[in-house]
Amino acid sequence: MASKEASRTPPRSRREPGGRAPRQDKYSVLLPTYNERENLPLIVWLLVKSFSESGINYEIIIIDDGSPDGTRDVAEQLEKIYGSDKILLRPREKKLGLGTAYIHGMKHASGNYIVIMDADLSHHPKFIPEFIRKQKEGNFDIVSGTRYKGNGGVYGWDLKRKLISRGANFVTQILLRPGASDLTGSFRLYRKEVLQKLIEKCVSKGYVFQMEMIVRARQLNYSIGEVPISFVDRVYGESKLGGNEIVSFLKGLLTLFATT
Amino acid sequence: MTKLAQWLWALALLGSVWAALTMGALGLELPLSCREVLWPLPAYLLVSAGCYALGTVGYRVATFHDCEDAARELQSQIQEARADLARRGMRF
Repeated sequence: MASKEASRTPPRSRREPGGRAPRQDKYSVLLPTYNERENLPLIVWLLVKSFSESGINYEIIIIDDGSPDGTRDVAEQLEKIYGSDKILLRPREKKLGLGTAYIHGMKHASGNYIVIMDADLSHHPKFIPEFIRKQKEGNFDIVSGTRYKGNGGVYGWDLKRKLISRGANFVTQILLRPGASDLTGSFRLYRKEVLQKLIEKCVSKGYVFQMEMIVRARQLNYSIGEVPISFVDRVYGESKLGGNEIVSFLKGLLTLFATT
Repeated sequence: MTKLAQWLWALALLGSVWAALTMGALGLELPLSCREVLWPLPAYLLVSAGCYALGTVGYRVATFHDCEDAARELQSQIQEARADLARRGMRF
C-alpha cells in the first residue's frame, strides 16, 4: 500500500491549466456524516484500500454536521493515521442538509472529479475504480451507481421494501424518462464543475434531491454513464423508510413532473 | 415543455382522434366491427397499461438481486479493517 502512495505526484502547482491539460486526475470523495462513529473508520479504511490498490490520486473530505456521538473525534484520529493531505475535516456546527454539505465540501475539494456516497457502508468503495473506468470510457459528465441493472442489487431488504423501491422506480421512469435507471441512489461520480452547476439548480431535499440532480443533468444535456452496484443496507444503525419518506418522495416526483 | 405538458398534449391528441372517430365527425363510414372495437378502446388500453405495470413491477421485484456475497465480503472486510486500524492506534 505504502509504496504506491509514494509514487503519487503533487499536481497542486498548476491548478487551472485552461480546460483538459494533461494534469493527473484527482478524485475528491465527499462524506457527509451525522452520527456515524461506528461506520466512519470502516468506510475510510475501505476507501483508502480501494484507491491505493488501483493507484488513484484521491482525498476524502469529511463533513460532519455536529454529531453528538463523537464522529468528529473519530475523524480526527483518522486524519492522524492517514495524514491531513488525504483526510480533510470540514465540519459544520449543526445539521444543515445534504445539498449545502456538498457545496461546503466542494469549496475545499482540490480534485477535478467528485465522488459522493453514503458513509453508512451501504455503498462499497470497490466500485469507485469501476466508476472511473466507465467515466473515461465514455467521457461521461456523471457516472451513477445503479441497483436496478446488470449485477446490481440490494442486501437486507424485505419484500415490501423491494416492492416500494421497484414501484417508485417504475412510476418515476414513466413520468420523468430521465435516462438513468437509479434516481434515488446517491453513489455517483461527477465532474466537479458539473456538480457545482447542478447543485445551484436543485431545490429539493432528501431522496428527491438525488432524483432532481439526474433530471436537471438531463435538462442541461450532461451525459450519464451507469455502473451496477450492490447496495448493502446499513450494517450499523437504523435504515429509514417510513410513510413520511414515501409522501415526500411522491410530492417531489410530482413537482419535478410538473416543472421540468 | 414540462413532462406534465407533454403528457397532456399526447392525451389530448389521442383523445381527440378517438372522439372524432367514434362520433363520426370526419364523415368516414367505418364498418360496424371497427366501431364496436373503437368505442371501448380507451378502457382496454387503460386495463392493459395497468397489467403491464403490475407485470413489470412484479417481475422486477422477483428478479431483484439479493447481494449475499457482497454482504459477506463486507463483513469480513470490516473485521480486517478493525484489526488494521487498531494496529495503527485507532481507539474505537
